[in-house]
Order: sequence, then C-alpha cells, then structure tokens
Amino acid sequence: MPAPMPDISRQYQRREQLTMLALAFPALLMILLLVVLPVGWLAWQSIWHDGFTLENYRRILAEDIYWRSFALTFEISLTVTVLAVLLGYPIAYAASIVSRGWSIVILALVVLPFWTSVLVRAYAWLALLQRTGVINQLLRQLGLIDAPLALVHNTFGTVVATLHILLPFMVLPLYATMQKIPRDLLQAGASLGAGPVLTFWQIFLPLSLPGVLAGCTLVFVLSLGFYITPELLGGGRTVMVSMLVSRNVELYDQWGAASAVGVVLLLAVAAIFFVVSRFVPLDRVLGQR
Amino acid sequence: MMIALTSRRAILGVSLGALAALSGLPASADEITFVSQGGAYQKAQTIAILDPSAKKLGITINQDSIPDAWAAIKSQVASGKPTWDVVDVPTGYCLRGGEQGLVEKLDFAKLPNGAAMPEAYRSPYSVAYEFYSSVLAYSQKTFPGAAPSSWADFWDVKKFPGRRALRNHPFATLEAALMADGVAPDKLYPLDVDRAFRKLEQIKPDITVWWTSGAQSAQLLNDGEVDMVMAWNGRVSALTSEGAKVGFTFNQGILQSTSLCILKGAPNLATATRFLNEAVDPVHQANLPLNIDYGPANPKAFDTGVISSERAAKLPSAPANAEKQALMSYAWWSSPAGEAAEKRWVAFMQK
Repeated sequence: MPAPMPDISRQYQRREQLTMLALAFPALLMILLLVVLPVGWLAWQSIWHDGFTLENYRRILAEDIYWRSFALTFEISLTVTVLAVLLGYPIAYAASIVSRGWSIVILALVVLPFWTSVLVRAYAWLALLQRTGVINQLLRQLGLIDAPLALVHNTFGTVVATLHILLPFMVLPLYATMQKIPRDLLQAGASLGAGPVLTFWQIFLPLSLPGVLAGCTLVFVLSLGFYITPELLGGGRTVMVSMLVSRNVELYDQWGAASAVGVVLLLAVAAIFFVVSRFVPLDRVLGQR
Repeated sequence: MMIALTSRRAILGVSLGALAALSGLPASADEITFVSQGGAYQKAQTIAILDPSAKKLGITINQDSIPDAWAAIKSQVASGKPTWDVVDVPTGYCLRGGEQGLVEKLDFAKLPNGAAMPEAYRSPYSVAYEFYSSVLAYSQKTFPGAAPSSWADFWDVKKFPGRRALRNHPFATLEAALMADGVAPDKLYPLDVDRAFRKLEQIKPDITVWWTSGAQSAQLLNDGEVDMVMAWNGRVSALTSEGAKVGFTFNQGILQSTSLCILKGAPNLATATRFLNEAVDPVHQANLPLNIDYGPANPKAFDTGVISSERAAKLPSAPANAEKQALMSYAWWSSPAGEAAEKRWVAFMQK
C-alpha cells in the first residue's frame, strides 16, 4: 500500500499556513489597532455628531474653497509625478546599466536626503530659493538677471521641494524593475539589427513600464497629503487639501469636519485607481517585485 | 513564539506595575497643575510668577506645557476628570470655553487682584495674564529715513515701495486693514468685515508672503525677503537685540493677550483660584518682562518700580504704548460674526 502522501502534504501545508498567519498576526493586529480602527473612527465621526448627519459633506459640496483646494492639490501632485518620471527615469536607467560600485553610489545619493527631516529640507530650499537666496545671488552675479526671481512662496517652490522629497519613491521602484530586465533581450534586438534607440524604445521602455507605474502611484498618492512643504514654501497662497483638514479642526472644533475632507480625498484617490485599473493591470504591476 | 509572547507580557506587566507605583504617590492637598505653552516663555514665568507664587501661597505648582491646549481642554473636561487646573491660553479659548461649559465661571470676590484690573482685560471666565502686540515692523536698510508708521503707510505702495508680508490669519489682519482704511483704533468693533476684506484685496498683489509662524515672520524681515511686515513685537525686538537693522512702531499695533482660566471640574478649584489671584499680583507681573519681551497684563505692575522706564518703553502694555494701540476684542472674534469672518479667510487666500 502506498503511503497517503497527499494527506501529509496537505496537513503540512495547513500547518505552515497557520504558522505564517500566527507570525503575521502581531503585525496585522498592530495595523488593525493603529490604522484601521482610528481611521474608521474618524470616518464615523464625519457622519455621526449627536446623531446621523451629512452636514460635513454638504459643506464640502457647497463651498467653493474645497473644490479649489482639491483642484490645486491634484494639479500639484500630477505636476510632481510627471517631473519625477522625467528626472527619475534617467537616474534609475543610469544606475541599472553602470557597474555595481557606481550604481551603489547613485542610489546612495538618491536615498541620502531621507536622512534629513522634511522640515529641515523645506528650510534648506528656502535658503536656496528665496529672494536673497543662493540661486538668485548666483544668477545676479553672473549678470543673467537684474531683479531676483520669485522662486519660492508660491506654487513653484512647493513643487520643487515636494519633487525633491518624493524623487526616491520614483527612482527605487524604477531601478528594481529595470535591474530585472534580461539583458539578453537587448542583445537579441541588437543582433536583429536594431540600433540603441530602437532597442530602448521597443524593448527596454515597455519592460520598464511596470516600474514607472509603481513609481507614479507612490509619488502621486504621497504628494496628495503634503502639508509642511506647501505650508512653509507656498507663501500662504498654496492651500492644499491637508491644510483645509487642519483649518477645519481649528474652525469647527470637531474631528468630523476635518475627517470628512480626508474621506473625500481617500474616495477620490480610490476612484482614480478604479478608473486607471480598467486600463492597466495595477495589481500585477504593483505586485511585481 | 511562545517565548516571545511571554516575555512581551512580562514587560507589559513590569511597566503596568511602574505606572501603578507612580500613580500611587501620595498627593499633597495644596497643589495645582498649571499649563502654559512651554519654551522660553514658560521658563520666564517660572522665575517671575510661578515659583514666587508657590512660595508665597505655600502650594506646589505642577507644570505641564502644550503648544495648543484647546483639544486637550475639551477632551479633559469631556472625560469628567480633568487633571489640569489652570491654563494659560489665548484669551479667545477662555471665552469659547466659557460658552461651551469647559471653563469655570470665576468668583471675582476671591480675586481682588483680578477685580482691580481694567474691565476690558477680564471676562466672567478669565483674567488677562500677559500682552503682546501685532505691530508694523520694517527694515531700516530699506527705510533709513522716513519709515512707515501706520497701516495707511503699509498700504501706501507709492510712498513706501517694497515687499510686504502679513499673517496668514484674520486675527489682527482685518483690524489693520480697517485702520488703514481710516477706522480709529478704538472704534474697530464690531468689525466691518466686508470693508476689511475689500481693503485687503487692495494690498494683496503687493503681499509677497502670508506667514504662518512667528519665527517665519522674523526670518522674512531679517533675510531681506520683505521690507515690511506685521509681526509680534517680541519677535522683532529679538531681532533688534541680535543687531539686525529692523525697527517697529507701537502706533496702531493690535494688543493681544493670553489669559488664565480654570477648567470646569478642576481637581483643586479652591487652590487654583488662590493661585490665579496671585499670578496677576502687580509685583509678580512686573517681574515677567524682566525675563522675556512680553508685557504684564496688570497695569499696576508699572507702578511697582520694578520695571524701569527704559524697559517699559519696549513693552506693549505700558500705558504710554497701550494708548497708541487697538485692544483686540476676543469677545467679538468668538461671536458668530467673528467666526464667520474667520471662515471667510481661506476663500480670500485662494482667490
């Protein structure tokens, strides 16, 4: 009689699954306690204040300020994302084709700013971009400009500093994807007579697209919630959604008025992802590591 | 895994034990918890007011600090067992707290020092504690001769060309706009909000930065980013003492205050009331400006002889300076009209 092998393996499999679940349990519990519950509680407050109410949402629909801030926030996030691709792609590409030593140097330079806090970096940009800042002084001494350029206290300054903070989130997924592209394919293309441009365009670029999408997703979603950077570098005019959240806490004196804004932002992002996922297999793209 | 769990539970047990031991400390009957905003400001108070008061009354003053106490006041009172007694907060918080039942109504019979202060400096729920002012500050490099000395000058971009900054907040900014439009400092309230915003629209293209933090306002002026700015007097005088070429005028400044109030259901109400009276004692109050650039709230402090006339000239609440300024009405700002004006601000900024 053959031994009931399948049963043993199934049993083993089940035990392994249980072990994995048990191992993941502390982390899952932490996410549940520290993320899911508080966020759910805040969302609940946006519709429940001494009874069911949609007042917080009615306000968002009725008042222009919310539309303006949502439009500006999406505009800035989109700009930052596009610029991050344009700047990040060449960096990641360079890191993926040079020798291992050089790629470590490049990636280290990309990641290095992570060691400095967002606040410090915002002030550093202020020192660089302001009227009496390094860049304006340099341009003046070179005789390129007569009057200082308005580089900060506006949307431009906000975009520059946000881009700087989020660039690593574009470069790292791009690099991870590019590194895995089999070089044989490029050689095969070349052996069939394709020049470097055509090889890149027809083989490398399409294969790196999952990385581009992953990077774009990260950068776009993260920049939607930026607060300190526009607050310090926006000159007061750049009113992003996060700033309305803090304003509503102060003005309406209850969490619901603020969390409703957050809920709408979350739903807007979810809607965008839903639409995008109709065209792009996001799960496969983001799952690729 | 079991080992990990056990040891985690053990750690938890130890820390719970430590907590129990801490909370089991014997509590002295005559003590209060006082809360202010921390930093150099709270240190100055400790030297000038808190330590001397504790000594004189024979009580223990436990200190806590928080930059913005409003949310904590709300949740402490809502819990039914507040741990704080006296808070030093923007006067508006005391008034709003009074309206919402978060703050005790004061018995002025037990507060002779407070009762002797000008009526405009107190409310049924609060007594003013210290004053600061939103003043017109300017670069002496840009204006070595005639300097802007009123809000009308600030609005006059032809007579005083240069870059300007205002606070990204309606408090004091609407008042300044109305004074620029010719309203007398003592005739501001109730504010004509429409008129103030119309006047602000006028200067908006010339405002380079709408600042959000006091540090930022000082940095803008010091770095030459702007040539004139509405800033808090303490920030400007700090720059001056560091040797920066900046100046300011108290003329048409907007005099603002923080106040002391007592949380509803405070654990040590009687002692807290005794402390509150002591905290606005003229001598303690007079010692405050010797340690920091804020003005005493009790005008009698200037009669104690503790403050030299040279020092008084730099303090926003000194009688000679106070009469040139507008006294902010926190009652108006916490009224429905004031709250509506505050809500309008963002729309103005976005346009």
